[in-house]
Amino acid sequence: MATEFAFPDSAAKNAAAAESQNETMSLSMGPSHPSTHGVLRLQLEVDGEVITKADPVLGYLHRGDEKIAENMTYNQFVPYTDRLDYLAPLANNVAYALAVEKLAGIEVPARCAGIRVIVSELARISSHLMGLGAYGIDVGAWTVFLYTFTEREKLYTLFEELTGARFTTSYTRIGGVARDLPNGWTDRVLAFCDQFLPILEEILALLHRNKIFLDRTADVGVISKEDAIAYGLTGPNLRGSGVALDLRKDKPYSGYEQYDFDVPVGTKGDCYDRYACRGEEMRQSVRIVRQAIAKLPGGEVVARDARRIVAPSKDKVLTSMEELINNFMITTEGPQIRPGEAYFEAENPKGILGFYVVSKGGGVPWRMKIRSPSFCNLSILPKLCQGEYIADVVSILGSFDFVMGECDR
Amino acid sequence: MAVIQIERKPLSFAERTYLPQIASGLKTTLKHLFAPTITMEYPEQRPAVPAGYRGVPTLVMDPHGREKCVSCQLCEFVCPPKAIRITPGSVPADQPDRAHVEKAPETFDIDMLRCIYCGLCQEVCPEEAIVLQNLYSTVGYTRGEMVNDKKRLYELGGTLPDQHFKWDKKKAAEEAGNDRH
Ligand code: SF4
Ligand code: SF4
Repeated sequence: MATEFAFPDSAAKNAAAAESQNETMSLSMGPSHPSTHGVLRLQLEVDGEVITKADPVLGYLHRGDEKIAENMTYNQFVPYTDRLDYLAPLANNVAYALAVEKLAGIEVPARCAGIRVIVSELARISSHLMGLGAYGIDVGAWTVFLYTFTEREKLYTLFEELTGARFTTSYTRIGGVARDLPNGWTDRVLAFCDQFLPILEEILALLHRNKIFLDRTADVGVISKEDAIAYGLTGPNLRGSGVALDLRKDKPYSGYEQYDFDVPVGTKGDCYDRYACRGEEMRQSVRIVRQAIAKLPGGEVVARDARRIVAPSKDKVLTSMEELINNFMITTEGPQIRPGEAYFEAENPKGILGFYVVSKGGGVPWRMKIRSPSFCNLSILPKLCQGEYIADVVSILGSFDFVMGECDR
Repeated sequence: MAVIQIERKPLSFAERTYLPQIASGLKTTLKHLFAPTITMEYPEQRPAVPAGYRGVPTLVMDPHGREKCVSCQLCEFVCPPKAIRITPGSVPADQPDRAHVEKAPETFDIDMLRCIYCGLCQEVCPEEAIVLQNLYSTVGYTRGEMVNDKKRLYELGGTLPDQHFKWDKKKAAEEAGNDRH
């Protein structure tokens, strides 16, 4: 029932009448809004509570990473890859190194490949923990966040010990990794896995049979199989819609074919399926980590024979003039990569992260394109949000688990 | 390929009433009430920093208290955010036993507002002269205070107990007349 207000003049009254008939109102959600997970801005057009149009506005975190890459040697760019998907820096480091190695045509030793699998999977667990925890907050379940952060902290302690930094790991180098595993590190990882599984069950039990959570997620933001493929979704967002695409299975790299694990897929493609896929993926990651540690061979962690790409070890630099000069050459000119181009994509926690590297020879890429999963995943938002309630937009955004660091790069 | 489908069972009546969840939630709360705390009272308590931690980059001296850096500027070159500024100079005249080293930095500044603690400088240094230490909190009131100059870098860095004595060996070889380079 419309309330009658006393308007001072008839013009204002007419304007107010026109407004109430005007169906839509525009609403800016973000760029600083707690549920947009960073600096995403959604320009919404709403009719009452219902979205009639949603426009994602990107670029608030644009740093020009692709251009930066053209101005530095391949190894100098490794710290920048930390800052793409900053919730799983190790996985980015690995994907980047693999891309350049593909272009260079070098093989890393088996131990290095094993280590890369272990750290990628641990990064996946830590990223999904964060995703799940933040999703919990988005839909009103605070506790989950506290649980997942506690577990993530344990992982960060392990990362810190391995790489020297908790967050910005910068762990890989072209042709290897920066350091070998510290003594007893694998035992501590296994101990983490053992205590993590029961806690993971406890965390998931907080959500997956919870009526409030189900009301907010089940049948909300449904993406059909066809749409998911058409919009180029990847990762848990694609698998939630029932497409079993996982590059670790379909195009194995780093020796993923040796490990036994399952790929979870959803049946409906709603927010709940996307959430549940992440939960299950963590269990599978633990399986992979255990197998990779059991199979981890000894030996070098860098491809020593690639003399023009991998810098010599420190003791050699300190004692031999030739190695010293080689160290200077590789540092100043960069790892010498043959001319050509290569595209490599890896199954990252958020989806498929691809690097397209073009080299004209020498130690600096001529062009580098980064295909970031978050960017591609968000492309479906305008379609998905249409006809949903504002409150459900929060639920949908959370279920995408995107990171603006890699979306805007 | 092993694919597992996410199962979706409809909620039972008991689950829909939300009562069992409240009971099990309270059980979990009780369990955690008596579990040891996991938070830390920073800054009174500080986390243990593991070996190989990448903290503040500093310059170090050799066990005889001599400067190790030969101002080759490799760290300056490699530093991705260009945090290091070096002016090369010669070895001070009051250090005759190091005269054969020829070069030393005249000034050496690391801008801690630019540094991203990547550790590449330490990795490439051919003298093990620049080392990332365990320090992780640096504060200052001005931008100028956040630039560590050479004096400050040595204060923070101290001495590294390594036993390479690369240049002493080179000097000995020179004096023995079998210096190839
Ligand atoms: S710290 Fe090391 S890399 Fe840097 S100028 Fe000195 S000797 Fe060269
Ligand atoms: S740690 Fe990295 S950013 Fe900092 S001074 Fe060294 S090379 Fe530069």
